[in-house]
Amino acid sequence: MACFFSKLICYESFGKKEIQSVTEVMMEFWARLLNVVLAIAIGCGGVIGLFYLANIGINALPKPWNRRLLPWVYISPALLLLSAYLILPTVQTFYLSFFDGRSQNFVGVQNYIFAFSDPAMLEAFRNNLLWLTLVTGVSVSLGLIIAVLVDKVPYEPIIKSLIFLPMAISFVGASVIWRFIYAYKPAGADQIGILNALLVTFGFEPVGWIVEQSVNNFALIAIMIWLYTGFAMVILSSAVKGIPEEVIEAARIDGANSWQIFWRITIPMIRSTILVVSTTIIILVLKVFDIVFVMTGGNFGTEVIASRMIKEMFNYRNFGRGSAIAIVLLIFIIPVMVSNIQRFRAQER
Amino acid sequence: MAKHNQVQFWQKAPIHIALLAIAFLWTLPSVGLLISSFRQREAMLATGWWTVFQHPFELTQYHLENYVNVLQAQGMGQAFLNSLTIAIPATVIPIAIACFAAYAFAWMEFPGRQFLFILVVCLLVVPLQTTLIPILRAYRDFGLSNSFLGVWLAHAGYGLPLGIYLLRNYIGELPKDLIEAAQVDGASHLKIFTKLIVPLSMPAIASFAVFQFLWVWNDLLVALVYLGTTNDVAPVTIQLSNLVGSRGQDWHLLTAGAFISMVVPLAVFFSLQRYFVRGILAGSVKS
Repeated sequence: MACFFSKLICYESFGKKEIQSVTEVMMEFWARLLNVVLAIAIGCGGVIGLFYLANIGINALPKPWNRRLLPWVYISPALLLLSAYLILPTVQTFYLSFFDGRSQNFVGVQNYIFAFSDPAMLEAFRNNLLWLTLVTGVSVSLGLIIAVLVDKVPYEPIIKSLIFLPMAISFVGASVIWRFIYAYKPAGADQIGILNALLVTFGFEPVGWIVEQSVNNFALIAIMIWLYTGFAMVILSSAVKGIPEEVIEAARIDGANSWQIFWRITIPMIRSTILVVSTTIIILVLKVFDIVFVMTGGNFGTEVIASRMIKEMFNYRNFGRGSAIAIVLLIFIIPVMVSNIQRFRAQER
Repeated sequence: MAKHNQVQFWQKAPIHIALLAIAFLWTLPSVGLLISSFRQREAMLATGWWTVFQHPFELTQYHLENYVNVLQAQGMGQAFLNSLTIAIPATVIPIAIACFAAYAFAWMEFPGRQFLFILVVCLLVVPLQTTLIPILRAYRDFGLSNSFLGVWLAHAGYGLPLGIYLLRNYIGELPKDLIEAAQVDGASHLKIFTKLIVPLSMPAIASFAVFQFLWVWNDLLVALVYLGTTNDVAPVTIQLSNLVGSRGQDWHLLTAGAFISMVVPLAVFFSLQRYFVRGILAGSVKS
């Protein structure tokens, strides 16, 4: 863990493997496969065995007791994991955010002052704001437009699948795909990135999409838009289909055109769904780290809050600052949390 | 009637063009990746992948060597196995735990039920970044860092809120009569759960399974922090980001590697897309 991130960059164990005989390779392969199967069996079997044992234990208890205890047997593994991995660590991070880099001396709100005043942090805030508005705005509105249009054609499922497909691709995989699209070669050489090839064909200079500070943030944001427009489209499309046919028919008889129907009926009627989709994407964007990490490593002015936090934690090993940034991230999400609870309460009534 | 349909089809030409253009634009990046991954190294560095369309049937410009190379020499094969080892238990464990919890939240009476469920709803949006430092420290104390067990449990913990939320919504809407009838017949909770609830909830369970599997398979952050980057445990996402860092200009390796990392999620996604969509809808549209 010591040189965690530098290790990533200067990883040296590639390519130097000695040539082995075919049988050796096969043996090794089977041994590895066996390991995998064993690990999976232990992991999956363990949890089911746990419930089975607990149930036997409960049944051994006298009657009134087992009735009262059984619900807790059912939820306690969940509560245990939730406390261990979400509740307690979050509380502890909050506590650590008031201490120095090595978590030894109390420093008050100094880490928070840093989080809101350091130039690199301000840059991260600015970029995150750009991410939030662009990713949410573009993917939701584009998703909505596609959802409305796709409703009117017979080959709807194919189009939907194609646009939804990137959802299955990891941020890392998507980053490789888009690095290739943004690939840059100096003017005069044959461009292998399709974007620069297009530019050159139309007589422009090729652009270093990832390193050029005026465009690189937009280049990274485009990746996330590509990934999540399909998500927005699928949800909004089902909401659009949920609008009763009679309402639209009635509007049409009253002389409304498609444009008016879209603005006066479709949008108001699916407003709550638009809100849900937007908040989901906002949460995803706030947490995004992989794209920046793989594409630029946060260089060239592309840092965002989450990648900044990882950097403080591992590169500079300043746990106080890292914690403070994490808590800032959490604070931004609290409004979403509150609206979630309200929605849940309303739904239960 | 057929003629009328045809007229209508042509009247919608702008819509067709717009949709096809968007679909084309959205597919192009992946197609470029796929074609590139089969091209020779030198060709890839010299010309764009679209040049293969000048002679699309000249099969000599394609080969499998990039894949062989990346799977063997670059450790992608081992990483692929590691990803399976991580992702399968990290999907099964939270499903089992979330099912039991969801059943208890939906059909059992116990004090604090409402409060605990609201807590789960809150945890739904907690960014996992806020938990990294304390868990990492605890892992070092307990010797769980760099172990598969540590990653399974972490993914289970992070996936649980969504699992409990989705499954509880679904299980809670199963017909009440059904469960009461079983209780009258003297079935225990465990029996109701295994014989009735789990089979009936399969669509919801499947959708959460797809969610969780894709998320775990595609995760970089959790693996990076808790598992480390040594070859014998690193999953495909880490190995791929290593490749980007160390061999960022070797497009023949990167494209093949990226495609290897995408094969399993794409297969899962396409075969279970129906459930996946239903799961997303259950989780987000409910208002």
